[in-house]
Amino acid sequence: MAAGEQVTLLDSWASSFGMRVRIALAEKGVKYEYIEQDLWNKSGLLLQMNPVHKKIPVLVHNGKPVCESLVIVQYIDEVWKDKAPLLPSDPYQRAQSRFWADFVDRKIYEHGRMILTTKVEDQEAAAKKDFIDTLKLMEGELGDKPYFGGETLGYVDVALLPYCCWFYTYENILNFSLEADCPKLNAYCKRCLQKESVSKSLEDPKKIYDFALMLRKKLGVE
Amino acid sequence: MAEVKLLGAWGSPFSRRVEMALKLKGVEYEYIEEDLGNKSPLLLKYNPIHKKVPVLLHNGKPIAESLVILEYIDETWKTNPILPEDPYDKAMARFWAKFLDDTCMPAIWQIMWSKENQREKAMEEAIQHLKTLENELKDKRFFGGETIGLVDIVANFIGFWLGAFQEASGMELVNKERFPVLCRWIDEYVNCSVVKQNLPPRDKLIAFLQSRFSASSWKY
Repeated sequence: MAAGEQVTLLDSWASSFGMRVRIALAEKGVKYEYIEQDLWNKSGLLLQMNPVHKKIPVLVHNGKPVCESLVIVQYIDEVWKDKAPLLPSDPYQRAQSRFWADFVDRKIYEHGRMILTTKVEDQEAAAKKDFIDTLKLMEGELGDKPYFGGETLGYVDVALLPYCCWFYTYENILNFSLEADCPKLNAYCKRCLQKESVSKSLEDPKKIYDFALMLRKKLGVE
Repeated sequence: MAEVKLLGAWGSPFSRRVEMALKLKGVEYEYIEEDLGNKSPLLLKYNPIHKKVPVLLHNGKPIAESLVILEYIDETWKTNPILPEDPYDKAMARFWAKFLDDTCMPAIWQIMWSKENQREKAMEEAIQHLKTLENELKDKRFFGGETIGLVDIVANFIGFWLGAFQEASGMELVNKERFPVLCRWIDEYVNCSVVKQNLPPRDKLIAFLQSRFSASSWKY
């Protein structure tokens, strides 16, 4: 990091969006100050740095805020461009990476949100099948590559990997096994967790599950 | 065989965004109109995941999702850039493009399709988001500055489609009293030549929307 450079991350420990930014910063070797946010009692700093959405993550770089996890990850990739590029250099490959990261946002996030906010008895078999089909689509896109980014971790990996610590929660609520239904994705998660940039950015799946149960009780669905 | 093809739909703001960017950069392309009620094998082949328009085909390789396509176009054809060079300014443009698509547009749809007793709440939410957008525009000529950029292209549904919706449905969300700055932008925008060439015929759009509103079920 250049002298006088100030990087701060406003985040919340369980957030899959926040984890994306943590992975990206770790991959680039960027030193930053992490400030945990209480989302039920939002700080003046958060409201000042993200007045539009009042959400985390927010990256503050030399006093200037960047919001929305994938916007932040692309920003990080462009500013700290000399190390560990996340997006490929070819425009077509870049477009494919953006497409799949957008897919993760729309489909996996939406499924996850539905699972989290629905009572166990109301979880439909159709929704479960849809979720597993979506994960299988990701498996298809991964193919035989070690990462979605090819030989090295890339943009789509950064978008998806945080869900690796949330899968345990979805498995328990939805009653399915990632290992049984999506073995390739399961193996991918295990493999990526061996990377320090990933393991240090993600949380313990059991801690996430306890947190999810607490959230579900609060929402009255548990 | 044309090097660049676009699978689109005449009334779709997403499809027209891509045409605007291609025209702005002087890129020749073959346009293929898709019947969204009867999707072609070509569309299903080139966008199997979402089965939607627009799809750009460049040398036979498909790209889907309008925001993804817009960035691809900007990176491939360097004339008249639609994104700034500076990473921070670029991040801001991407943020506002996302705000338009993920926050503004759904809020506006919500007014259209909400029940009578929830319409007022939906209106309030849409007004709040449009005021946020207006605040970002301030005294700039366009969101992109002196010339139209990514955010202006993405805001095409506010620049044009919203007016058509308002006329077709009788709903009034955006007017000069409530949104003086946004209305000023709308006037500049629709008179901008690259925009003017890439709008569907207004009467045809209004008639289409009216027929959809009067039918009880409509999927965009």
